[in-house]
Amino acid sequence: MKKSGAQIFVDCLKEQGVDTIFGYPGGAVLPIYDALYESDIRHILTRHEQGAAHAADGYARATGRPGVCLATSGPGATNLVTGIANAYMDSVPLVAFTGQVVTSQLGRDSFQEADITGITMPITKHNYIVKDVRDLARVIREAFYIATTGRPGPVLVDIPRDVSGAQIEYQDPGPVNLPGYRVATEPRPEDLARAVELIARAERPVIYAGGGVVNSGAHLELRRFAEMLLAPVATTLMGLGAFPGDHPLSLGMLGMHGSKYANYAVCECDLLIAVGVRFDDRVTGKLESFARQARIIHIDIDPAEIGKNVRVDVALVGDARRVLSLLIERLEARLPGAWQEKIATWKKEYPLTYEENGRLKPQKVIREIYYATQGQARITTDVGQHQMWTAHYYTFTRPRTFISSGGLGTMGFGLPAAIGVQVACPDETVFDIAGDGSIQMNIQELATAVHYNLPIKVAIMNNGYLGMVRQWQEFFYNRRYAYSELVNPDFVKLAEAYGAVGMRVEKPAEIAPALQEALATPKPVVIDFIIEREENVMPFVPPGQPLNCMLG
Amino acid sequence: MRHTLSVLVENNPGVLARVAGLFSRRGYNIDSLAVGRTDNPAISRMTIVVEGDERVLEQVIKQLRKLIEVIKVSDISREEHVDRELVLIKVSAEPEKRGEIMQIADIFRARIVDLGRRTMILECTGNEGKIRAFEESLRPYGIKELVRTGKIAMLRGSRYTNINGTREDE
Repeated sequence: MKKSGAQIFVDCLKEQGVDTIFGYPGGAVLPIYDALYESDIRHILTRHEQGAAHAADGYARATGRPGVCLATSGPGATNLVTGIANAYMDSVPLVAFTGQVVTSQLGRDSFQEADITGITMPITKHNYIVKDVRDLARVIREAFYIATTGRPGPVLVDIPRDVSGAQIEYQDPGPVNLPGYRVATEPRPEDLARAVELIARAERPVIYAGGGVVNSGAHLELRRFAEMLLAPVATTLMGLGAFPGDHPLSLGMLGMHGSKYANYAVCECDLLIAVGVRFDDRVTGKLESFARQARIIHIDIDPAEIGKNVRVDVALVGDARRVLSLLIERLEARLPGAWQEKIATWKKEYPLTYEENGRLKPQKVIREIYYATQGQARITTDVGQHQMWTAHYYTFTRPRTFISSGGLGTMGFGLPAAIGVQVACPDETVFDIAGDGSIQMNIQELATAVHYNLPIKVAIMNNGYLGMVRQWQEFFYNRRYAYSELVNPDFVKLAEAYGAVGMRVEKPAEIAPALQEALATPKPVVIDFIIEREENVMPFVPPGQPLNCMLG
Repeated sequence: MRHTLSVLVENNPGVLARVAGLFSRRGYNIDSLAVGRTDNPAISRMTIVVEGDERVLEQVIKQLRKLIEVIKVSDISREEHVDRELVLIKVSAEPEKRGEIMQIADIFRARIVDLGRRTMILECTGNEGKIRAFEESLRPYGIKELVRTGKIAMLRGSRYTNINGTREDE
């Protein structure tokens, strides 16, 4: 059968079960757009390619299925870069397609040419440029396979315009065959036995759980495992929702802005069971002091994460869900003892709190969002203070409900991600909790939300500062607020100009009614919360300090 | 500590850039690198000499294995192996010095591959120590140019590394 490259592209996407792609057309992808026009794949036109990458990322995080974005060559492709890097750092299955100049013009600095495979080499799990249309189907199959298996990650496929435009007699390339690509499945029996022994001997175990638990769908196994051992569970930012935040064994988040009780527990535990985590510096603080009294068991699907930052006693390389099941089979339930009492005392002594003084506190706003949505909303965030307050004060109980840029820390992630989440979950409430700085990094995506009538609620924690920068300047730069104060537009009018609904809240008493009104509005809504200007995120471990040296 | 890694890769454009990029962005030091295709034209072998302690080496190997086009990584310096480098040295060789230089070449079993009016090119293969000694011996005569390959290496005996791992026949 004769097929064009663009037709092969569409057919391969359908074969992968892709129902939605996020993109932005341009010269080098016109053959593909023309084929998409008559396909039943839904195309969401964002207003910037970065928005398309983050939306695909949000879609993937909410569903666990690969997110797909599409951009033209040159600037279209380079605009995807931040979104790809973001997905790479947080191990998100993303497949990015870019158009490219025709093969005969490659390497000649042609109009809208950028070496996007060269540019994205360090921020993709793998990438391809397809120079022969006969390779296209094979490459697309490989791209989805690589993006979604093992430790997930972004894969980019660059398609020159003459390749998508070419006609060939189509031959099926058959199943994926990648001799150099192996996915770890089972941990070694001797490591498993050693882990069981360490767990049995431990008196003060703590579980440190991260995004890998979410990726592997291991949340039920994690809960079972923790309940058997009566081991408290501290999660990373990426792990929020992997363990119910309202569970008695939950310690909330650990690390730089972790709860005091989570950080104390990690400092004093004698066994740390790390599941789907990578010992990031924002989690460990000063490495030499991290969990110093503890033996460490590290469960991860990526062998390269073992021993990367911290020496571990036992490594269980494999899928978190499978490894936890194997451990559960081999362990016995425990009874509470002195350790559980100690944790309970810490939780009572050092709760997460903030001062209520009659002014609008961001922590209270987020708590009210939690109540208004019965804790059932999908929440996206940008990066900064509001992100940490969200992590502290919205209690996440289900995986894939907290969608945030962890590793890369990308301001501007929240709104486009919320678009991807709302497209993936049309019947759910989606809140983007943003900062007044971050929201302006991709504010143009309000047009996308309005265009597709996506009823996203955007809550801006507006303090007129780049709040986290200001906080660091307050603590470490003698309150010299160098270029961190913002002159902002009127976000209410801005929302209205885009065709969304704008609201403003300045007093605590207005929070709940505003949220009710927003939730009852079947349109995108922006709520501008004018919060206390110099509120800080507490507790706070200064960078490079041990976890038990907390301010606040 | 230096280690010699034998790395089998798919013979695709860009694979060298992936490997080189991995080393530079993760801050690993490459001492030398030699690439050529194997008896299977779809597969190339890179011999990489890397400097670092056990921990660095472990990370290098694991990170290399994560590259999709890398099929097999073996640290062959852990086992009995043969390694060779090749050097071409263009040395000043006024007629009255030629005899001495040819004697040095003899000692190192080097070959004279070009004879100019005032220079000679010598070719020598051997392990790193021999190449270094050869270079030092010629230095007093005036080295005009020196070109050397990276190290290539192979396991001794009937053991070999191929895409299915390190194995032994029969």
